[in-house]
Amino acid sequence: MKGATDMPALGDFRRSDVDEWGRSERMRALARRIYEPAYAWWFRAEWEGMEKIPTSGGALLVGNHGGAIPSDAPVIMHGIERDLGRPVYGMADYFFRTLPVIGTLWSRAGGVAARPDNAYRLLREQGQLALVFPEGANGSSKPYAQRYRLGRFGRGGFVEIAMRAGVPVVPVAIVGSEETMPIVLELPRAAKLLGIPYLPVTANMLAMGPLGLVVPFPAKFRLRVLSPVTFDVEPDCDHYPKSRVMQEAEQIRSALQSALSDMLGARRSIWFG
Amino acid sequence: MLVTGADTFWGGRVLRSLEADPTMEVLVGLGTRAPSMPLERAEFVRADETYSILRRIVDATQVDAVIHTFLLVDSSFASTRTLHEVNVIGTMNLLAACGDATSSVRQLVMKSSGLVYGSTERDPNTFSEETPRARPPRTDIERSLIEAEALVVDFAEENPQTAVSVLRCANVLGPDIVTSIGKNLSRPLCPVIFGFDPLVQFVEEGDVVRALEFATREHLAGTFNVAGDGRLAWSEVVSLCGSRRLPLPPILPSLPIAALVRLGVYGFPPELEALLRYGRGLETARLRAAGFEYCFTSAATVEQFARHLRQAKGAGRETTYVYEHDVEQFFRHSPAVVRRPSPVGPSRGDATAGRRSRYPTDTSRAVRRPH
Repeated sequence: MKGATDMPALGDFRRSDVDEWGRSERMRALARRIYEPAYAWWFRAEWEGMEKIPTSGGALLVGNHGGAIPSDAPVIMHGIERDLGRPVYGMADYFFRTLPVIGTLWSRAGGVAARPDNAYRLLREQGQLALVFPEGANGSSKPYAQRYRLGRFGRGGFVEIAMRAGVPVVPVAIVGSEETMPIVLELPRAAKLLGIPYLPVTANMLAMGPLGLVVPFPAKFRLRVLSPVTFDVEPDCDHYPKSRVMQEAEQIRSALQSALSDMLGARRSIWFG
Repeated sequence: MLVTGADTFWGGRVLRSLEADPTMEVLVGLGTRAPSMPLERAEFVRADETYSILRRIVDATQVDAVIHTFLLVDSSFASTRTLHEVNVIGTMNLLAACGDATSSVRQLVMKSSGLVYGSTERDPNTFSEETPRARPPRTDIERSLIEAEALVVDFAEENPQTAVSVLRCANVLGPDIVTSIGKNLSRPLCPVIFGFDPLVQFVEEGDVVRALEFATREHLAGTFNVAGDGRLAWSEVVSLCGSRRLPLPPILPSLPIAALVRLGVYGFPPELEALLRYGRGLETARLRAAGFEYCFTSAATVEQFARHLRQAKGAGRETTYVYEHDVEQFFRHSPAVVRRPSPVGPSRGDATAGRRSRYPTDTSRAVRRPH
């Protein structure tokens, strides 16, 4: 019985800093260095009310989704990590995990598959910031004509998780994302054939050809953090009344929607804000 | 105390470890082949692979605890049929033998595997004992283990007088055990799936033996994950073990190395393919809360294994114990063997000096056999 009894070895011999979610702070730092020009010069992101985001403890950030390949998630994650120094875990469709290379990079950069168990663990047990887009792919795949019109907020699952985890929901309204990669046409059959959630033809593709697959238009980003919503319920219950959950989800949705309308009303130019 | 799979890595190790405890009165090891460890006090019984003889043994010995270690958890060592025979039918016979109204069995411990959770893109990062499967099992081994566990759950319901614990182990790594993962890591080039770098969790072989013993002694009931703390990216595991990455295509990754797998150079069962894509993490709080302490974290397990690989590279292959029935019987029963009063187990005091010559190498090394 060598090993177990003779030399208890509890040390950590790892050389990398990948955490249990696959996020690596070193990779994140590198990604921030690369992304900073896009954030500051391309999108010229401006925040309003960032002080409403808790500087410690768990919170669930909820945003509106837009643009064929949404730029909203990286902008939010970058902005908060830069200004508050807190990691943000961006929750997205598990589809990302199935992609070679992209899936790994996504995970190292702080991406986590959107699953209730994952969100609960992040928020409740580890007190982290998690970012979700309750509209999901429906938000990012909608045609340009429906821009900034919030879709259904799933089944209110995000509210239930926040209740169970006992953390506030912090809505973030984003203007600019929809214009970065407007969808002209949807190809649902081809998407099904390829086994991907949706396949759009974007204005970027028409304007730039293959480059348009990855290069967004330089729309001006404005982000407004709304007041955190807390739920006056016991955490860790097995079940929360569905009517209450749906009602809270709807309230958050309409708060986001009216913030968006307000911001759009104040916006003079898509490119200059 | 009855231990199944005495001919496999786990059964042998558990028996050895229990032999050292003088409070254990009767120890019976059950296996289909010769035991994997030199046994001192334990009686060894040879059975067929479905353990049909079990009931008679349980009745005759009136054992109060059964440790079921003989579940196959690596499908590269067995065909679909064998998997079913061993994991499902074997467990069924075991439970039938223990589940009598007059049965003396009060504790049943089963060594299962984290494979029952699967490994798919829809899975959560960390599985707790309660996490349901996201998808139905795709591999034979997962199917057979799930079926075996379901049998145990039924058994626990029908026999409230018996405490039943199921230990779901993460991927085991250690100097002695032979697994597909260990085999791959010992090669200069280790298979990875291109573009995927999953987080994997390990548990040290000694920790598994201690967990099995712990569950038996503490009369644990319920399901428990057994895994070292922390997780490592597969690429890092490969580099810690001094190997380089051999990237396989994301589509049909097993195809390019099929010939090498056939030759026994690599082990690449379907469940490993899934693991190398999506990884698997286990929540270990429950067993810890019951009072169990691990000796090794995941990273320390890998480091220890890497150290062992470097040692093996430096010193060559060591010879291992081979069981010979007549010789064992001689040591156990012959009046010619001088027995001095040594209460505790094997190869620790002077009493075993004569035995040393039988096992020129370290006797604690198991025969290298699939677990």
